[in-house]
Amino acid sequence: MPPTRVPSSPAAVLGPAAVQETREMFYAEALNDALRLEMQRDPRVIVLGEDIAEHGGAFQVTAGLLAEFGPDRIRQTPISEIGLVGTAVGAALTGLRPVAELMYIDFSGLAIDQIVNQAAQNRFMFGGQARVPLVVRTQGGSGRGNAAQHSKSLEAWFTHVAGLKVVMPSTPADAKGLLAAAIRDDDPVMFIEHKLLYRTKGAVPTGEHLVPLGRADVKREGTDVTIVTWSRDVLLSLEAAAKLADLGIAAEVVDVRSLVPLDKEKILSSVRKTRRCLVVHEAIKRGGYGAEIAAIVAEEAFDDLDAPPRRLAGVDTPIPYAQPLELGVVPQVADIVKAARELVAG
Amino acid sequence: MAIKTDQKPRHTALGLTLDDAKGMYRAMLLTRMLGERMMQMNRMGRAAFVGVADGHEAAEVGSAWVITRGHDWVHPYYRDVGVALVLGQTAKDQFLGVFAKATDPNSGGRQVVNQFSSPEANIVTGSVCIATQFPQAAGIALAIKIRKEDRVVFTYGGDGSTSPGDFHEAVNFAAIHKLPVIFVIENNLFAISTPTSKQMSVPNVADRAAGYGIPGLIADGTDVLDVYAKTKEAADRARRGEGPSIVEVKCYRYQPHSSDDDDSRYRSKDLLKEWQAKDPVDKGRDYLLSEGVPQPELEAMRAEIAAEIERSIDEAESAPDPRAEDLLEHVYAKEGIPGGTRA
Repeated sequence: MPPTRVPSSPAAVLGPAAVQETREMFYAEALNDALRLEMQRDPRVIVLGEDIAEHGGAFQVTAGLLAEFGPDRIRQTPISEIGLVGTAVGAALTGLRPVAELMYIDFSGLAIDQIVNQAAQNRFMFGGQARVPLVVRTQGGSGRGNAAQHSKSLEAWFTHVAGLKVVMPSTPADAKGLLAAAIRDDDPVMFIEHKLLYRTKGAVPTGEHLVPLGRADVKREGTDVTIVTWSRDVLLSLEAAAKLADLGIAAEVVDVRSLVPLDKEKILSSVRKTRRCLVVHEAIKRGGYGAEIAAIVAEEAFDDLDAPPRRLAGVDTPIPYAQPLELGVVPQVADIVKAARELVAG
Repeated sequence: MAIKTDQKPRHTALGLTLDDAKGMYRAMLLTRMLGERMMQMNRMGRAAFVGVADGHEAAEVGSAWVITRGHDWVHPYYRDVGVALVLGQTAKDQFLGVFAKATDPNSGGRQVVNQFSSPEANIVTGSVCIATQFPQAAGIALAIKIRKEDRVVFTYGGDGSTSPGDFHEAVNFAAIHKLPVIFVIENNLFAISTPTSKQMSVPNVADRAAGYGIPGLIADGTDVLDVYAKTKEAADRARRGEGPSIVEVKCYRYQPHSSDDDDSRYRSKDLLKEWQAKDPVDKGRDYLLSEGVPQPELEAMRAEIAAEIERSIDEAESAPDPRAEDLLEHVYAKEGIPGGTRA
């Protein structure tokens, strides 16, 4: 397919009038494109992980990189999450920019000390004399029958740690632009993908494309209710918004894209406009990041609200294996429509 | 009867000068005297929490003497006062750390005591989470190998640090990829109160090296020159591109694990006496005397160190404390946080 020329989205940051070549890409392909371009651009970028070399990674995000960059920079590790993240932290302390792949976010517990006690705090514990320019790429989420140990949404864990940044892209273009920005960032970034997004497609700018961390993106404008969400739930919320439009409700969908740093201003300005806020996420509701956003909205925009902020999130249970059960534990499009209608009617 | 021999002095045979031998002794003595004084300061209520290296002097100084400062990388653990001193830290630096002063060179009062760090000397700040330095050290060595440099990483831990999985994952990774890293294990026979017999089913940490296909060397931690020799052997091997080694240094800590520990509950005084009879600092002094260094020179060294320690305490105690308004410094890089938001 020949490349098409379309105006950059408001999310693109190449300048207000920038027009960039785009190409339809899968989310996984867009991530691969970001890795390839950053590795071409900067010899300090290396990739470590399990089955990332000849195999190309469990979700094929690193496919083809070994052939182009060789085994020094595409370093396949034994099954050893502490070792691979710890090694990446050490390499980062010397000034390399490692991208460590944890095959499932469920495995992050194995490496949690290196992420939480080491990478996140090294700048601080060094009194500012060191930096850890590390990206930990991983993926979470349910919907593939992977059950309790391969399907969790654990982003809230990492948002609770000072020193970490947490990024969760929803579209192929954002995946590419945010990954490139994360690699260039001087702080450790948890880069959390969603397993059901790898085979989604979208227009992605070819060549250099950066989406700065900490900028939310209004994926659909509306006036009646703000849906604040991230990762795959952005797609579900957009579907829900289309259905709500048929019902006469104009929903605005704000994709936060990066949970830390959080673009509070964009969330608050949207909520001040629509006067209603629904936060949607797949992670378990109790202690989820939606509570943080709902609290910010309540604290800082209370007087502008027509209804209390509301959360729609995962049920407090491990992710089950059977599909009818699995679909029941995380919000679906119909649930979002229902919650938004109730909020607007309320 | 004196036996005349043509044999070279031990330090000369190792390629060291008499000044090296004196320098090693001075670093050991400073480590010992600092430890004793710091523990006193703690008992007097002038230092909140300390961990000292008494008994580990030869292990730390002998191994650190192999390091090329600012060229090689060092990832020490919390007992390595002797390593830090060899690499250029001063007595005053140690007290600035203990008192958590704004001018503490390790972290400006943010990191707990004995987490030595120095960008100039390539010393990476440590961790009180045991053994986490090992995978990072392997990663630093990986970076060295990717950059095709001839540097070596020296990482340190106690016997207890070889029990967590981190140690295995790091040594395994380093061995697979023949990375230039040396795991110096200061085996003082106890992980706080747990004896080595309850930590592992082999008599030596070095025995584990066979499982990774790498050398495991054992050094006498009461003999600074033996520690130097074994560490040098491992470093030479690493610089030749032949990969990592484990260097186990047998020693004994004289003081409790930290100022918060009471070791009378788990160790006998007899064991302490047994090790003090072969004290590394005394042995260092005896070696210099046997090489003809005059006694008064060594006495002057001790007096000079004592004065340096007292001066350091005075200066460090009067140094400025960190300011509360700087609390948020160094959590994230200053650049890269978009306006209107903060991480």
